Amino acid sequence: MYWSSWSDFRAMGGHAFFVWMSYGALLLAVVVEMLLLRARRKRALAAIEEERDLETEN
Amino acid sequence: MNWFYFSSPSTFYGLAGRLAPWCFVSAAVLAAWGLYLGLLVAPTDAQQGEVYRVIFIHVPTAWMSMFLYFIMACYCGLTLVFNTRLSAMMARAIAPTGAMFTFVALWTGSFWGRPTWGTYWVWDARLTSELVLLFLYFGYIALANAFEDPRRGDRAAALLALIGVVNLPIIYFSVQWWNTLHQGSSVNFKGTSMHVTMLTGMLVMSFAAWMYAIGAALVRVRSIILERERRTQWVRELKAA
Amino acid sequence: MNSVPQAPGSFSGGFAWAMARDLRLAWRHPDEAVLTVAFFVLVASLFPLGIGAEPQLLQRIGPGVIWVGALLAAFLALPGLFAADYADGSLEQMTLSPHPALGWAGGKIAAHWIVSGLPLTLLSPLIGLQYGLTPDTLLVQALSLAIGTPVLSLLGGACAALALGARGGGMLLALLALPLFVPVLIFGAGAAEAQATGLSPAPHLSLLAAALIAALVGLPWAVGAAVRIAVD
Repeated sequence: MYWSSWSDFRAMGGHAFFVWMSYGALLLAVVVEMLLLRARRKRALAAIEEERDLETEN
Repeated sequence: MNWFYFSSPSTFYGLAGRLAPWCFVSAAVLAAWGLYLGLLVAPTDAQQGEVYRVIFIHVPTAWMSMFLYFIMACYCGLTLVFNTRLSAMMARAIAPTGAMFTFVALWTGSFWGRPTWGTYWVWDARLTSELVLLFLYFGYIALANAFEDPRRGDRAAALLALIGVVNLPIIYFSVQWWNTLHQGSSVNFKGTSMHVTMLTGMLVMSFAAWMYAIGAALVRVRSIILERERRTQWVRELKAA
Repeated sequence: MNSVPQAPGSFSGGFAWAMARDLRLAWRHPDEAVLTVAFFVLVASLFPLGIGAEPQLLQRIGPGVIWVGALLAAFLALPGLFAADYADGSLEQMTLSPHPALGWAGGKIAAHWIVSGLPLTLLSPLIGLQYGLTPDTLLVQALSLAIGTPVLSLLGGACAALALGARGGGMLLALLALPLFVPVLIFGAGAAEAQATGLSPAPHLSLLAAALIAALVGLPWAVGAAVRIAVD
């Protein structure tokens, strides 16, 4: 283990802002993509459902 | 083994569904290991200090952004040559993830640049080509979705991706050429010796990015298959079951 | 309507026929070519007003501004390259003609360059004078435009053919074409700038010429393929 304490780790040798902005951006991007993937799947499934309902009405 | 068996969207839909969770699980495990190595174990860099730790996400995302464009272009080539439906859907599924990685590579690059070079942005060959790459991804996505007929979008965007993949090295070379004329000394990472732990951490993070990208593309291609094939018999039976 | 000639088809026949046809159309409706040139002059005149008119500054930015202006003007002329022929069905007739796609696609692009790229090239020394460029720089500038603008027409022609019938029109075309123009801009503007700062423009010009050869070899084929995708 390289760090001696939690606050050392968080401070990143004084570059905390730059390091955590980078890691935060990646985390945010991955989370957003996951949510978009889920939304797209739900939308696709709903569209199939809609199509089937239209057909049973006819 | 018959490779064409899985090139039909209906069979690939099931295969992708079985594979995707494993991709995400291995991505998570690899990312945890890589982050442990990169953030907790690896020693500091003598020249740059702790801020060098951005390398563990910057380099893998930058690699992925280029690999994914190349793989996308390969699928596009298959689309144009064999007129296969699945390859076009795969290319469409890869593009947003590639754009995401490109954006993160640019973002982390500039947040790394601020403390090391004193500025958020330099017109360096790598950063500038990465910016152009982001626009190439946007252009591909926009063109693929710009037509009423999705098959038309598939083929037009496929040709665009092939033009783009030929152009990308030329763009990189031209910016580098321009850059050396304008700035004389550009940023140089050579000479900093890499600690073994650093290298391992970076490679592990790269594999994590690979696994994540494959997983995300597989999940997205499943949605695309459902969107395109929603009027077919097999999709209806799938939903009824 | 200019009917598509019947057999026998050949590359040169298709090239000459399509080029003559498009030039004749442009001659009958010269407004598009005039607007392209007017736009170029206008953009180039806006920069001194926005940035300031110190002679030294103008000399520095001149080559770059002229190249960016030419690039935007060439880009604005792109939608007209295939759109009308696509709308009235003559593009489909061309794909059915006995001539290979390389021929007539190349001819249309050559005509497009004569109407857009060539006037910009010929006019660039005048704009350059406004920026106080020296005579030899003006010459290199015009030379770089003469080599570079055909590449823009070829690349842009491929993008315009791909975007036929797409939603999003001009903005989409900008997103497709402008990133691909980057190397041409760098080598083109670099040539005159090298000349202005006392370096040899030869490397820039040879790279530009290499880009032109590569574009001439590969892109007419891509344009033909893109048109076939559009009319299928």
